[in-house]
Parts: sequence; C-alpha cells; structure tokens
Amino acid sequence: MATEGLHENETLASLKSEAESLKGKLEEERAKLHDVELHQVAERVEALGQFVMKTRRTLKGHGNKVLCMDWCKDKRRIVSSSQDGKVIVWDSFTTNKEHAVTMPCTWVMACAYAPSGCAIACGGLDNKCSVYPLTFEKNENMAAKKKSVAMHTNYLSACSFTNSDMQILTASGDGTCALWDVESGQLLQSFHGHGADVLCLDLAPSETGNTFVSGGCDKKAMVWDMRTGQCVQSFETHDSDINSVRYYPSGDAFASGSDDATCRLYDLRADREVAIYSKESIIFGASSVDFSLSGRLLFAGYNDYTINVWDVLKGSRVSILFGHENRVSTLRVSPDGTAFCSGSWDHTLRIWA
Amino acid sequence: MPCLSKMERMIVSMQDPDMGIKMRNQRLLITVIPHAMTGNDIVEWLIQKYGISEEESLHLGNLIVKHGYIYPLKDPRSLVLRADESPYRFQVRPHRARHSPNGHRGPRGSCLSLFLPHRPPISGPAPSGRPRSWTTVGTAGTNQGCGPSPAPLSAAASLAAIYLAKKNIRKQGDLIEHEKDNYNLLHKRINHTWDFVVMQAREQLRAAKQRRKGDRIVIDCQEQAYWLVNRPPVSAGRGGGLDPHSRPRPGQRGWGRRGSPPALSMVLSLQPGAPNVLEQGPERRNCHTTRVQLNMDYYKREIEYCRKAMARTRVKSSICLEGYIKFNEQYVPHDPIMSGCLPSNPWITDDTTYWAMNAPTVTTPTKLRVERWGFNFSELINDPLGRAQLLEFLKKEFSAENLSFWEACEELRYGEQSRIAEIVDSIYQQFLAPGATRWVNIDSKTMERTLEGIKTPHRYVMDDAQMHIYMLMKKDSYPRFLKSDLYKNLLAEAVIPPETKKRVFPFMRKQRHSSPSPALLLPAGDAEEKSRSPSTAPVPEEES
Repeated sequence: MATEGLHENETLASLKSEAESLKGKLEEERAKLHDVELHQVAERVEALGQFVMKTRRTLKGHGNKVLCMDWCKDKRRIVSSSQDGKVIVWDSFTTNKEHAVTMPCTWVMACAYAPSGCAIACGGLDNKCSVYPLTFEKNENMAAKKKSVAMHTNYLSACSFTNSDMQILTASGDGTCALWDVESGQLLQSFHGHGADVLCLDLAPSETGNTFVSGGCDKKAMVWDMRTGQCVQSFETHDSDINSVRYYPSGDAFASGSDDATCRLYDLRADREVAIYSKESIIFGASSVDFSLSGRLLFAGYNDYTINVWDVLKGSRVSILFGHENRVSTLRVSPDGTAFCSGSWDHTLRIWA
Repeated sequence: MPCLSKMERMIVSMQDPDMGIKMRNQRLLITVIPHAMTGNDIVEWLIQKYGISEEESLHLGNLIVKHGYIYPLKDPRSLVLRADESPYRFQVRPHRARHSPNGHRGPRGSCLSLFLPHRPPISGPAPSGRPRSWTTVGTAGTNQGCGPSPAPLSAAASLAAIYLAKKNIRKQGDLIEHEKDNYNLLHKRINHTWDFVVMQAREQLRAAKQRRKGDRIVIDCQEQAYWLVNRPPVSAGRGGGLDPHSRPRPGQRGWGRRGSPPALSMVLSLQPGAPNVLEQGPERRNCHTTRVQLNMDYYKREIEYCRKAMARTRVKSSICLEGYIKFNEQYVPHDPIMSGCLPSNPWITDDTTYWAMNAPTVTTPTKLRVERWGFNFSELINDPLGRAQLLEFLKKEFSAENLSFWEACEELRYGEQSRIAEIVDSIYQQFLAPGATRWVNIDSKTMERTLEGIKTPHRYVMDDAQMHIYMLMKKDSYPRFLKSDLYKNLLAEAVIPPETKKRVFPFMRKQRHSSPSPALLLPAGDAEEKSRSPSTAPVPEEES
C-alpha cells in the first residue's frame, strides 16, 4: 500500500529536517502581518518621569542562596526557599518569620503560596513537589504534615497553584510540565514538547483560565492548553535558556528573561515576538521577570546582581537598581502592585517600592 | 555561558588599538609598570562606550575583574576595580603573551604558562571559559561520602600545589591559616607527586629571581588573581552541599547531602567568603545534552504543531499593539508603582491604611476600585466585593442563578479529583435538572451535550455550559449593571482617601503592626476545609 512506503521514509533525520523547514515557513507566515513596531506605536505615549525605587525591607534569615519566592494573596506575606533546603514564610511588612521548614533536599528551586494562604508548595533536587499546610499549632511540626504531590524524573524548577489549593502545575528538568491533584497526588495532565529542561512557567490571567506558558533550556517558550495537554503556541527567538516567563496583565502577551541577557515580549494574538529589551552593557542573563500592575514597567533581575527596570512600551531602560551582592535569582511584584520582592544568592530578599 | 563570550568580546574591544583603552606606563609606588591602564581609564571607557552612569560602569568593571579578565597590580589579593589611578592589566593568553620575560621557557613558550593550565579565561571553544582541568574535578565527587580515596585531580591539584609551595618557600612556612590548611590537604591528596611539586616550585622561584622587578610584580599579581578566580566553587556548609559540577543522578533523592567529600573546591578556597563568580547552580541540559528523547514522536509533534500554526488566524501587529496603548492608559492610574496610591504606599510610610481600605470586603470601596469594575467583566467578577454587588444586581433581574452556576462550575474545575462525581451531581440537581430550583437558561444544543457528558463526569464536563453562562453575564447583564443605579450609587459613594505625606523624620517611624495570617482564621483541622474552595475565600482585613 502507498502508506507503507511513507512510513519507511519517516526516518528520524527526515522528520527533523521537515520540522525545521516547517518552522522556517511558520516564521515567514508570522512576519507577514507585522506592520509596525511597538516602540513606534508607543511614540505618542508620554515618557516616564524620574524613577525612584528603594529597598524598603531586607529579609535576612536564609543561611544560603535564595532561589525562589512567591507572594501570598494578603499582599504582605511571602514564602522563600534556598539552596540549603530551608523554606521560610515571612510577614515581609514586619520582617517576622512565621514558619520555617527544612526540606530533605538541597537546591529548593521552586516554591509557591496557596491561594487560600493556608499552605505552601516547594521542591527542587528531590524531583518532587510537596505541599505543607500552614498552621499555628503549639509545637508545630510542619514537616510531619507534608504531602508529596508531584513526582518528576528530574529536578523541579517551578511550581504554581492554579485557582485553588487543590491543583498544582509543575515544571521540571526532565523536560515536561505536569498538572497534579493535590489531595491524591494524581497526575491530571502532562505536557510534552520541550526539547530540554523546563525552567519556568506562568498561568494565564485570562477569563477562561485554560492556558499557561513555560520556558526552557531549548530556548523555546510554549503556551499550553491545560485541558488537552497540547501546545497551542510556540516561540523560539531567544539565543539561550529561558529562565523566566510572565504574562502581561491583560493576558494578551507574555515576557521572558533569558541567559542571552535579553528580555522579550511575545504577543499571543499577533503570534510573534514584538519587543526585545536589551542593552550592550548588559551581558549577564536575566533570571527573573515580572510586570508592574499596569504592565507599563517590566522588572528584571539579572545574574550580574542588578535589577533593570524597562519601559515595556517604549523599549528603553528606565532605571537600574543596585543593592544585592550576588545574583538576583527570583523577582515577583506583589499582588496589589505596591512593591516587588527580589531574592538573591546573597542570602537575602529585598522589598522595593 | 553566553555571558562569558559577551565579556570576552567586551575585552577584545577594550584592547582595540584604536578605540580601546590606552595602555601606558603606570606607577606602582616606585616601580614603573609598562603597558598598563588605570582603574579610572577602565571606568571612563565603559561610560563612553555604553552610555551608562559611573555607578553602572564601576559595577560592570568590578564584574570583569572578578571574572579574571583584568587583574589589579596594586593589592592583588582583592579583585576589585577602583576608580582611581591604581594600575590594571589584561589577563593574557600564554601562547600570545606580549610579555616574554627572560627566564626559562615553558611548554607554550612563556613563563606565564607555568601556572596557567591549558585553557586560560580568554580562550576559544571552551563554552564555560573554565580550564578543562576543573571539569574533571567534579566527577571526582562520585565517591559519595566514602573515605578520602584519591580522585583524578592531579593536573589541577599540581598547579595549585606548586603555587602554594612557592608561597610556602618564599614565606618560609609562614602561610595564612587557610593557605596552610589547603597546603596540607593537597599534600595528602597528591602525596605521590610531591617531589615534582616542590621541584617545580623551586624552579619557578629561581626563574623569577632573574626577572626585572616590573615583570616580577606583574606575574605575581597575574598568578594571584588567577587562583582567586579559578578556584572551583566551595561546597555549601550546613545543610549539605552540592558540587555544582557534578550531575545529579536521575531518581536519586537527597543527592548532594553531607555525603559528598570535600571537593578540591574547599581545598582551594583562597578567598573564603567572597562569592565565586564561576558558580553555576545545578547542572542544566540544553538541546545537545538533553535528557528528553528527541525521537520520532517529538518531531512529529513539532510538525503537527507547525501545520496547525500555519493555518491559525493572526491579528495584525498594528491592532495588537494598539491594545497595549489602550490598556496602559486605563491601568496606569491604578498602578501604585507608576502613580502612587492613596493615602500612601504602606511599604514607604509604614502605614497600612491603604490595605485596610482596599481589603477584600469593606463597607465602602475606594473610587479607583469601583472604576476598575467598569473596565471589563473580569475585573468585576474577580473582585469579591464586585462579585457581591453583581449578585445584588442579578437578584433584581432574577438571574442570580447564573452567577451561582458559574461559581459551582469553578469549584468543579479547580476542585479535588475525588469529589468530581459528587460536584457534577450537585450541579445537575441544582441547575440543570428539569424543574431544578435554580434552573439556568442554556441553549438546547449546549444543554443536550452537557447532559450527555455528565453520564461520564470529568473535570471539564461543564466547560461549554459554564462558558455560555459566563458570556451571557458578560454580554448581557454586565452592560446593564454598568448603567444601573446600583453601580452609579457605588461610584458616587466611593471614597477617595486623602494623601498622607511621607514622614519627614525617619526616626519617628510608625510601628509596624502584624496582621493575622490567613492560616490563622480557623482552628488547625479546618485549614484543609478552607483550602478546598477555589480562591474566592476572603482574605482577612488588616488591622491598621
């Protein structure tokens, strides 16, 4: 039959080259509707004035590199995790530590606060994502109540609760993302398509709450349908690992930060990269990015210990913030946009406003 | 690492004969060092070349020095860029050494190569820019916690040992504490080659005596800087360490705990406490070294994706980008970092009134908040207060069941796997069954599909119905809500807090009150109860 001949021809090499050539055609197709640049459209937008942001709080208490942090919905509490396995919950307004647990593994690269504020999730070199309920019992032993949820075959790089405490989305060095039911630990959906370690993810703020974006060491940023497990959009314009992805507040776009020292903005309706945030003097990778509430500013933490603030519309750098004494590894804007928190390999976290 | 190749390009332009930094004779106390530059020269050049501030230039320059591409001739133990007349030099490749002082020739034709291993910082293909000898060090960590079995460290260890042996001889045994420790450790590790080490050290010292003073200073500084930078990262102390060069083995849990032996890293920590710029963190794979199976399925998926993507509808850039401008206009006044917030930003003034006034459930919302409900339906329904007002409005229109149905569907979507059948049944009974008390008005096709689907209930079985009702509220009820007296009154009664200026006297800082943690709301056992509902649960109001 004719189809058998086709199967014979489907060698790995020919599939690979077919994929490459289709990707090229796709880029051409995407370019067709690109009739103007963002900074051109933004010419009529008022330029930003003097920009002053300072460290308002310094959180000291981790004995080693801070790798990840997340805000609680109450706009002041945060959870942070570090290289030595310590996970701490702080009221960052008062700088008091409220909970602390030591994971049985090092390099806890992912942590997340549950939407209810009653639990946290974390994981790293143990290849798992575990959930710890937060209680204020006397003689609290957080470790005893730990629930093992996700199981990957390599390190956990990122995790996030969905709209409830009952589901967790994870990204892993094994090249996949996965959605889990917290109570049973059941795998609800897995997402295959990255060609190497997945380093980051972010859930879309869209009304229908169905998609998320992930970035990896294959230089790809991929948008996924949570329900079907299919990749719905893919972008491959970075020159190196993508360390961080974050949605623009409207949900129509997302930003990425990469080891190639650039941040980029990808529009989902135009289906293409629409802006690059880079400067010749910035040569170290961007480890972590987040938008201000209006999406006008993009805060990016870098491996050269600095935080650069970008004007998203005009494409220019608004400010550079010094203070950390080692890599900035994590950065998140607070839920109400009043401040952002940065965590660093210098063992501290800083709140900037 | 892309940053190292970018740094190398920077160094190359710094060395450009026309546009680079002008090298001159520089003074170091009474000695003249030829062909060097000052810290000031470096800072100025960076400012001019990249259009950056002095602060940024100094920061960047410091990183260049910390990575070993430039080394200081004054105070060489401290790899710091000083914006003054202190002299600096570029770290040199042995085989292109500009300086070939008299003395015996090493394998690459220069004395400089005596202490530099085969791949110095400025090198070609090595992706990490690190000398290859270091990467073999990491794999030595495979003996997890067993005794001090000798690892294949000889190349790197010998070089380090020679350096310390020279110091030891010169200072007649008077090394500083950690140098002494390192020296003894190395002595134990490569005891079998110690005669060679000492011989080499003596040889190099003898050769050094024959050099001009200027050359001697330069080479000493260069060597010192080299060893400060190119030590492998120190394993972490408490809580176990991970040698970042080693590969975590798949499936192995708790890898990298205290079991790993003190790597060469600890042995060579010549500058304890300073961050090691070459440390990378856990190993990552890229497309060339990936763990992912790039098999037929992988490429078939990519091809399938490309085919679908080719056919997708795209929107012209000009239209999409206009969207950002509009969004920006709408939201910037609500962005506390861009526009400030009233009465004040709690982080700046230590006053939490802003949070109290914008708590999830307040009696009188602020004007900005009520305005935001008018931006789009999402803003209204996702704000607990907004949603409550929407419910009030829908009650008046006798369509409150729509909102309740939508909420129940959210509970299904984001709920526990084990409760799916139960929740689907509850939704059916309340909203979909013929004669249900809160029957929702869905079009017949969707209803038919849904009723069929709930025979095998799953998490997404209500998606179509939920979407239909959501759109109904959005397109139909919402516009009427915005025109209603209810909303108009909310706007009229909404408060605009007066501004509180930042306190002029910082020592009269307001006391920072703690607030109850969300986890405190309920007694211990109920924390799980509470975390079941999708995040519509109110977060506690702040004390002010």
